[in-house]
Amino acid sequence: MTAAAQPPRIPSDDRLKWALREALFAGLISFGMFVLYVGLETTQNIRNQLVLNQRWGLLAILVAIAVVGRFLIVYFIGPWFAARKAAKAAKTEVPTQSLLRRNIGWIALLALLVFPMAMVWLVGPQKSLKWVDNYGVQILIYVMLAWGLNIVVGLAGLLDLGYVAFYAVGAYSYALLSLYFGLSFWTLLPLAGILAAFWGIILGFPVLRLRGDYLAVVTLAFGEIIRLVLINWTDVTQGTFGVSGVPKASIFGIWSFEVGADNNFAKAFGLRQSSAYYKIFLFYVILAMCAVTAVVTIRLRNMPIGRAWEALREDEIACRSLGINTVTTKLTAFSIGAMFGGFAGAFFAARQGFISPESFTFHESAIILAVVVLGGMGSLFGIAVAAIVMIGGTELLREMHFLKTIFGPDFTPELYRMLIFGLAMVIVMVLKPRGLVSVRNPTAFLHERKAVSSAFTKEGHG
Amino acid sequence: MTQHPEERRLSGDEVLRVEHMTMRFGGLIAINDLSFSAKRGEITALIGPNGAGKTTVFNCVTGFYKPTMGRILMRRSNGEEFNLERMSDFEINRDAKVSRTFQNIRLFTGLTVLENLLVAQHNALMKSSGFTVLGLLGWRPYKDAAKEAIEKARYWLEMINLVHRADDPAGDLPYGEQRRLEIARAMCTGPEFLCLDEPAAGLNPRESLELNTLLRSIREKHDVSLLLIEHDMSVVMQISDHVVVLEYGAKISDGTPKHVQNDPRVIAAYLGVEDDEVDEVLEEIEEVAEEVSHEHEAGQPTGDAR
Amino acid sequence: MEYFIQQTINGVTLGSVYGMIAIGYTMVYGIIGMINFSHGDVFMLGTFAALIMFLILTSLVAGMGVAAMLLVMMATAIVMSSLWSWVIERIAYRPLRGSFRLAPLITAIGMSIVLSNFIQVTQGPRNKPIPPMVTKVYDVYGVTISLKQILIVLITIVMMTAFWYVVTKTSLGRAQRATEQDRKMAALLGIDVDRTISITFVMGASLAGVAGAMYLMYYGVATFSDGFIPGVKAFTAAVLGGIGSLPGALLGGLLIGLIESLWSAYFSIDYKDVATFSILAIVLIFKPSGLLGRPEIEKV
Repeated sequence: MTAAAQPPRIPSDDRLKWALREALFAGLISFGMFVLYVGLETTQNIRNQLVLNQRWGLLAILVAIAVVGRFLIVYFIGPWFAARKAAKAAKTEVPTQSLLRRNIGWIALLALLVFPMAMVWLVGPQKSLKWVDNYGVQILIYVMLAWGLNIVVGLAGLLDLGYVAFYAVGAYSYALLSLYFGLSFWTLLPLAGILAAFWGIILGFPVLRLRGDYLAVVTLAFGEIIRLVLINWTDVTQGTFGVSGVPKASIFGIWSFEVGADNNFAKAFGLRQSSAYYKIFLFYVILAMCAVTAVVTIRLRNMPIGRAWEALREDEIACRSLGINTVTTKLTAFSIGAMFGGFAGAFFAARQGFISPESFTFHESAIILAVVVLGGMGSLFGIAVAAIVMIGGTELLREMHFLKTIFGPDFTPELYRMLIFGLAMVIVMVLKPRGLVSVRNPTAFLHERKAVSSAFTKEGHG
Repeated sequence: MTQHPEERRLSGDEVLRVEHMTMRFGGLIAINDLSFSAKRGEITALIGPNGAGKTTVFNCVTGFYKPTMGRILMRRSNGEEFNLERMSDFEINRDAKVSRTFQNIRLFTGLTVLENLLVAQHNALMKSSGFTVLGLLGWRPYKDAAKEAIEKARYWLEMINLVHRADDPAGDLPYGEQRRLEIARAMCTGPEFLCLDEPAAGLNPRESLELNTLLRSIREKHDVSLLLIEHDMSVVMQISDHVVVLEYGAKISDGTPKHVQNDPRVIAAYLGVEDDEVDEVLEEIEEVAEEVSHEHEAGQPTGDAR
Repeated sequence: MEYFIQQTINGVTLGSVYGMIAIGYTMVYGIIGMINFSHGDVFMLGTFAALIMFLILTSLVAGMGVAAMLLVMMATAIVMSSLWSWVIERIAYRPLRGSFRLAPLITAIGMSIVLSNFIQVTQGPRNKPIPPMVTKVYDVYGVTISLKQILIVLITIVMMTAFWYVVTKTSLGRAQRATEQDRKMAALLGIDVDRTISITFVMGASLAGVAGAMYLMYYGVATFSDGFIPGVKAFTAAVLGGIGSLPGALLGGLLIGLIESLWSAYFSIDYKDVATFSILAIVLIFKPSGLLGRPEIEKV
């Protein structure tokens, strides 16, 4: 907490005493915090009455963790951290990037291209499903969403807490239009993006005059409104039951993945029926969509509009003094971000085959935002890494069956997914407020391209 | 959009005219019935004690505030006229070609020096990039326009002696260089009328001198008229052609630097005297002036008496 | 007519709860300009503290009076919310003071997720119903007013008066207002700014705790996800009333409560939240300073 602020040159005797006192204090505080919520559990008995269940052992463990953790932080980690910070402050030069660092994008793309094949080869088609779908496709969806939101938050500095609304617009556009009008995925994909962008303009126009936090709250409200309309407009959206039987995407209409279809992919190539082909196909589709997002973002950054976004993030008033129409500039950022959300939504619906308002809650917006911020706003690479760590990491929790042997058979690691997610958000933010990648690449140069340390980057004024 | 060619209201050598401008914030009257005009090709200085409303005048002229009453007319060199009080801030820069700097420097600190100058060329570049769409597809003319924009930026960096810092973040520059960069950035928008809010504040004497040269060359080489707020009297007296003095939101003097320098009301304002005491002060000043001249005749400078 | 009055009374009750939560948002926003996103979940912690204390009291202490029980529950809720809020401010917000503006908002969202999932993990995801505590109902010319409604309104009035007194008449309130105006200057004048901010968080949280206990008494049920919707509505109330203004928060809360109950009564209950959120959007778009807030002049 305040450990880093303490100078490291306190005599070790005093520091030990101080650390012990801090640890004791932490123990008391955590006891107070947890005594009711952890020490006692409210459960229902057979007659459906609430009764209390005592868990003093668990409470003791948590308090002990707090005491030991605090002691370690104050006595060891704090001074080490302060020393490292001082060392870092001494050298302000942004390190020049190595060959590996510079080509990391290409290397990553190559790795992703061979990923599904490698998985099939390593663990067989059936087992590869999990890796390609749960990890590959899911992470890439979040990468795309986060890159889309990055345009709004990272580049233009507009805090959008309702981004999931555009994801929902895209998903429902695809699901409903394909079910009611029988249009194909490849016709609806661009349409879903356009519809989402259109909604972005409609919602953005009145609210983009607002600044900062207010904008955040209005976008949150709009996100919730769209979700509530989806829930309550049952005639069209089936409400909370959701839309099921959403058609699968096809390989440009030539081969289909619907089981009964004549042009079924597996049938056409005389392969054994397996859902793996569809997942692998989806993997490449979302990979291509991510690539398009990245290319468009990188190109936009080098356009006057992209530069205006970044300028807007730095200082809106200065932008207006330079003749930049800030409303249209913000609106383009908002609607282009929304468009990518719409694309991702359509893909999501095609992948799931079923969508319901449950998938578009505020938590989803918060996760996407967290990925953007933790990755380092504006940095595509950092965001991708954050998506892999956060989404992949929490997905890995499902795999940790060995935890059951420690905590007993009732232990379900999935339950802790969001808890860990939230904690990670807080911890990473406190330790690295600028995110994982905190340098910015300039869009133009006269002599040489030098990365700009984020220490100069200003906050978004919305 | 606010052009009325049939109704020429500014004479040919006027570039800006403020008529009966009043600005109220709630009950506070920041500017009260202010009228003045600035001539084409001249450097007009706006001076006055702290809180006189100079920056408010600036904010009204550049559209950041809407004056409660009054008119602000701007005439471009091609004869187009604009009613600035009816336009929003970015239109004033884009269409009426009025550019400005800020009292507390507003650079894009996380962008490089060069990028700051490129952002200033936004509107021109937007057009040549086909409003992003063509540029996104790699349209040839946009690439040329982008190169030209960089050359324009390089020209201004040479003007302000910052070519060597082009690729460093603007926030990394020392204060004086940030001031110069802000002026260069304003110039990159291609203005005909440049408003500078205390450009010499915080500069050392050498930098102050460089600034004078820069402002003069802006006026002469680029056909730009200037309006500046300044506290540094040496700057005001050396480079301005015309001075307007404000006190409590009203104009108390208007004329050449020499005229203003000797205007007793101005002296009183700077010495901090109440309105009704002005006459007294006037008399005192005359007396003192007489005494001084007598003493000079007698060959006894007062300062050495002690 | 009776129906209208009935709904108005329900609305005022609900609005009192929103108003009390809104105070926490408004005070924190006022002093450090940050939307304390986890405040709604601190309120939820308050309901759970009251719930657990209720169970302790009914199982351990037989034959305790309802009034005494309510008091103990409220006190527990206050202590728990305050303690958690204090800790959250220390570990998640304070280190980020002076960092870029989005950072504390992100940690606040993170904390909100942590709190609701912490309760989900430790107390289980199911609804927790308790038997009704206060059942007395009065019938006034065909309009039923329950004792618990009267209690909620009364407690709100008492708490608000106390708060108003603290903020306007004591040196603590003066320190808060000074910190709000200019943090650096306040520090130079010897105000312990960090402590003042901590106290502000604790004050807001204690009201949220009271609101939590009353919410439990009124609805008789608690869930881990109860923080989000009331939290957003209370924030709406704070904005509607003019963020930074204490009377504004209460006024906004009452208005939101009334709109919600009247909307449900006369239009559609399904869209009542849509109505609230729309109001939030409309207010922010047309009058961002709210009903009682001071308009902001853009500093150039």
